[in-house]
Amino acid sequence: MAVPKVCVLTGYGINCDDETRFAFEAAGAEARVVHINDIIENRTMLHDFQIFSFPGGFSYGDDTGSGKALANRILNNLRDEFERFLERDTLMLGICNGFQVMVNLGIVPALEKKIGKPQAALMHNQSSRYICRWVDLEVEEKTPSVFLRGIQRLHVPVAHGEGNFYAPEAVLDALEDRKLITLRYAKPDGGRANGEYPFNPNGSMHDIAAICDASGRRMGMMPHPERNIFFTHRDDWTYLREKYAREGKELPEEGEGLAIFKNAVGYYQ
Amino acid sequence: MERAEIRIEVYSTIPDPRGIVLREKLLKLEIDVAAIIVTDNYLINVPFSRNDAVEIAKLLVQPVIQSFTINEPYYPENFDFAIEIGYLPGVTDNVAHTVRESIEDRFKRSLDPDRSVFTSNTYFIAGNITAQDAKRIANELHNPLIQRAKILSKNDYVEMGGMGREIPVVHLDERPSADEVNLDVPGDELLRLGREGIPESDGSRRGPLALDMASLEVIKDYFQNKEKRNPTDVELESIAQTWSEHCKHTIFAAKIDEIDEGIFRAYIREATMRIRREKGEKDFCLSVFADNSGAIEFDENFLISDKVETHNSPSALDPFGGAITGIVGVNRDTIGFGMGARPIANRYGFCFADPCDEKPLYRGKEPDSCLLPPRRIIEGVIHGVNVGGNCSGIPTPQGFVYFDERYKGKPLVFVGTVGLMPRGTGGRKLYEKKAMPGDYIVMVGGRVGKDGIHGATFSSEALSSGSPATAVQIGDPITQKKLSDAIVKEARDKGLYHSITDNGAGGLSCSVAEMAREAGGFEVELERVPLKYPGLAPWQIWVSESQERMTVSVPEEALDEFIALMKKRGVEATVIGRFNSSGRGIVRYHGDVVFNLDLEFLHEGLPKKTLQTKSCLANVEYEPFDEPNDYSETLRDMVGRPNIASFEFISMQYDHEVQANSVIKPLQGKGRVNGSATVIRPVFTSYRGVVLSQGMYPSYSDIDCYWMAACSVDTAVRNAIAAGGTLERLAILDNFCWCDSNNPERLAQLKEAARACYDFAVAYGTPFISGKDSMFNDFRGFDENGNPVMVSIPPTLLISSIGIVMDVRNCQTIDFKMPGDLIYLFGETSNELGGSEYLAYMGEKLSGKKYLGANVPKVDAKENLTIYNRLERAIARGLVASCISVERGGLGVAVAKSSMAGMLGCEIDVLERNLRNDALLFSESQGRVVVSVAPHNRKAFETMMKDVSCSRIGVVRDDNHFIIHIGGKGMVHLGVDELLASYRARFHGF
Repeated sequence: MAVPKVCVLTGYGINCDDETRFAFEAAGAEARVVHINDIIENRTMLHDFQIFSFPGGFSYGDDTGSGKALANRILNNLRDEFERFLERDTLMLGICNGFQVMVNLGIVPALEKKIGKPQAALMHNQSSRYICRWVDLEVEEKTPSVFLRGIQRLHVPVAHGEGNFYAPEAVLDALEDRKLITLRYAKPDGGRANGEYPFNPNGSMHDIAAICDASGRRMGMMPHPERNIFFTHRDDWTYLREKYAREGKELPEEGEGLAIFKNAVGYYQ
Repeated sequence: MERAEIRIEVYSTIPDPRGIVLREKLLKLEIDVAAIIVTDNYLINVPFSRNDAVEIAKLLVQPVIQSFTINEPYYPENFDFAIEIGYLPGVTDNVAHTVRESIEDRFKRSLDPDRSVFTSNTYFIAGNITAQDAKRIANELHNPLIQRAKILSKNDYVEMGGMGREIPVVHLDERPSADEVNLDVPGDELLRLGREGIPESDGSRRGPLALDMASLEVIKDYFQNKEKRNPTDVELESIAQTWSEHCKHTIFAAKIDEIDEGIFRAYIREATMRIRREKGEKDFCLSVFADNSGAIEFDENFLISDKVETHNSPSALDPFGGAITGIVGVNRDTIGFGMGARPIANRYGFCFADPCDEKPLYRGKEPDSCLLPPRRIIEGVIHGVNVGGNCSGIPTPQGFVYFDERYKGKPLVFVGTVGLMPRGTGGRKLYEKKAMPGDYIVMVGGRVGKDGIHGATFSSEALSSGSPATAVQIGDPITQKKLSDAIVKEARDKGLYHSITDNGAGGLSCSVAEMAREAGGFEVELERVPLKYPGLAPWQIWVSESQERMTVSVPEEALDEFIALMKKRGVEATVIGRFNSSGRGIVRYHGDVVFNLDLEFLHEGLPKKTLQTKSCLANVEYEPFDEPNDYSETLRDMVGRPNIASFEFISMQYDHEVQANSVIKPLQGKGRVNGSATVIRPVFTSYRGVVLSQGMYPSYSDIDCYWMAACSVDTAVRNAIAAGGTLERLAILDNFCWCDSNNPERLAQLKEAARACYDFAVAYGTPFISGKDSMFNDFRGFDENGNPVMVSIPPTLLISSIGIVMDVRNCQTIDFKMPGDLIYLFGETSNELGGSEYLAYMGEKLSGKKYLGANVPKVDAKENLTIYNRLERAIARGLVASCISVERGGLGVAVAKSSMAGMLGCEIDVLERNLRNDALLFSESQGRVVVSVAPHNRKAFETMMKDVSCSRIGVVRDDNHFIIHIGGKGMVHLGVDELLASYRARFHGF
């Protein structure tokens, strides 16, 4: 199979569906934005897809806790369908609110491989305020995540009010041991953020920005790779343009975030 | 009060950042709090079994960090007071809405939408605090216009077994019929009807109709001679809405002095018409002043719409609710533009009083009619746009904040939305719409309550003041997001309707009547309108301003598909009537005709006002003062002035990256300095962009409103060009926020401002495409001693600019990029310190009060046009490495901003031109831009600029030194880090 089909979920306040669809398409996939109510109405629909993406947004306005109400909607209506989807050789990527939903569903880190049982949480930011800013990320060297193959660092924005990763000690240890912490907040000139604001923008334990399950095929991340698809997405692109021009370098067209989506497509090629 | 069946309290099992941050805030207010724990409470007014209640609790709890109690109070180990904050009856509770949906989904049964679930929070406070402190904390935590606070000491909390299970259910006396209103009354009684509203049977009044005697006479005449009966209350309320200043802009339409057609037609609209004529083939306007937004061409496939609104009065009373309702409301001006545009960017602009000003103002004589202090208004307004914008998934890149003590009685809250829409599909122009006779009138979105009716809240705890909260509503961005997606992503392109409009001011009465102008007439069955709670009178249903609703005209053949689609997307859609071509509007309520009017009269019957102006002279004098002897200190202070300092704390909490359309961002350079323009790229497959900026100088209004407006237009244009816009495709929007507009002197200022709008829009060829005015931004109340006070805003004109960027890859930011780059200044600096930030600063420093001065900046559009055209070409050719428009604070501040943004020092030397040094550095002369140029581009750049006012003033350094010489003499020598520290200090901790 050459071109994987991607289901990009929408509805109830999800709002990064269109740019997520575009990112997958720019990476070579065939992506479709699908309303959750259409899946509930047509339950076999998920069979047609190889990749499922929970985009960012404010599902149900973050009421009762981010990602909670949308996770309820899935558990109340589509539990079996999701379990079946996850049993297949599929990929799942949750971004921002999508990560929050996946954590609430227990799809990541899924240490016991049980859907419906969360093992971690994304709490209110330490500042208790929404934050939109570009961050630097370091990729865990031996991560099993298929989304991060060949990537060492990333420069992408975060935009969230509840991205403060928390897990009990035992879960954290397991995440560390099994290399399931796929992305950590880092300083611009290298090295982990070590909890230092604003490099770690939300107070996440162990600078955690993303985690995956043991298969590496399900990943949830707070930062938004779909917002760095073009070079002109970067916060410092006008500076880099000057720099590259004077170094006689050609200007890149793509942004760094695209690599994640290309890896997803590459998994099927 | 009613009691809920089930109370679930959700508490954190690990430290909750919400409590920690709140404690820090209270410590700053000098309340000695040791710890705060917050619980989320859910009151469910449905008899579920204990087991089901546990299932419900599981829906609400994140088990890794939270736990819950059911029908028993949560007791933290350590607390001294418990404060519960909940809503008053009828106030929108978005969380409750979500919880109800989750419960319905879990149990597959439907619950009463507005009586079954309620929420509250309890704050458990530990510390060395008194009952008085607890009251202060409660006041910090809630706004009594929309919320209630219950304070219990630990003892009481324990003794009473917690907070109890009271719920704010709305109870209304059933008043289901329409009343006849007798107009055959003496003149003074008629006048009273207009001022105080329709009398109730108990002698009380419903609230002002705001109809003056001339209007009332016309209405009386119409009913006595044409209809041969008295009006119903539905009709009279409806006419009052339609004829209101808000809807008809009576002042802008009035004959004023020698101008028969009024300010709007003579100056604003005429400017646009003339520009469009003169542009001929190059006219890029598609829809101006005709629809909910204005629109220009984006490219051959798409158009861009824009609209800027104000939401001032509501934000003064409930800053959060006012601001969120404002931003979510102006989104509907996009969704309701043409056949429905997709919102792609929000704008904001806030005018506030000093956050440190805690001196109270009172709406009435009662102590509880105290206005919220500026600090609370600022917090609430900023947060309202945060939630409204972020939750809707619309980036909010462009905005500003401005301070003046005269915004204390009424803050100004500007909110705008830019939209994107295909220009057409299948031969159909999507920016034109027409409801057709026979179409069904369908109301979609939220339900109708008493929201916003005459500003009356309907809590049992009535407001004490005679001037009640005017519009206490809380926007619900998620309900609207569902509506918006269903319309602009699906129904529009399926062609399921003929016309759509927003339900904003005047509710259904305005939206249906407005669309009926397209079709010709309408009939509505009012009892079909879904209500939040029973007991609304027909007139209330008809004029309610409940949010998140739109009115759609759906042809018969598409009706089933439209309704089915809405249902599938979780959007309520209800047929409430049909359009026809009768020329009349008829509303029935359970079969009785309660409204039957000639639409021509409704829309055109309003008598035109005649206004006179009287010019006034401002008192601008101040004691002459010597130049400061330390310009380093002066500049450092200037960059920390509230009107210049970093507002990164706002930019950063508004998502400006969502939709992945951001190109030029609100914070620029390594130093993260606020720029004055942003650029988005709304279509992934096109390099075209949209540049957004604005200009606003209220401080100049005190001197001369003509030049105030001229400078605002010039700045809005210049800022857009400096970021990469083009004069060929640049449009502007006007928002006049005036005060005391019955005063002929204020009207004279208004007329002058509008005249300048015409002159300079025409001079730059930048058409007005949309505008809005708000004419009475005055506060009348009392000070702490009970003395009457009136606080009027300075006449404030916001000019917003929107333009097309031909290739976003050529856009530019304000930050110096590379050491060794040459710095140039475009334009001339004159002795124009009048109304400047510098004079305000010196006045405060020397006399404790701002100085004003007479030399307000003037605009030479011809000269500037040459500069802007040339600059545009230089940017497009890549000859410029940074570009900043010189605005508030003048040349000194502009160069400092480029330096701070690039985190690179610089050394400049400006020539003396018979000017005092302070004028040279801080005069706000218009038409100026500072750019940096790479040495290898020097020749090309200088050749291009040979015959325009452009001089090389310095060079970018590779270190931290920021140096200004004047005529060779050192004036300023600072570290860039020192400048940044001052620039960031002002709002540190906000």
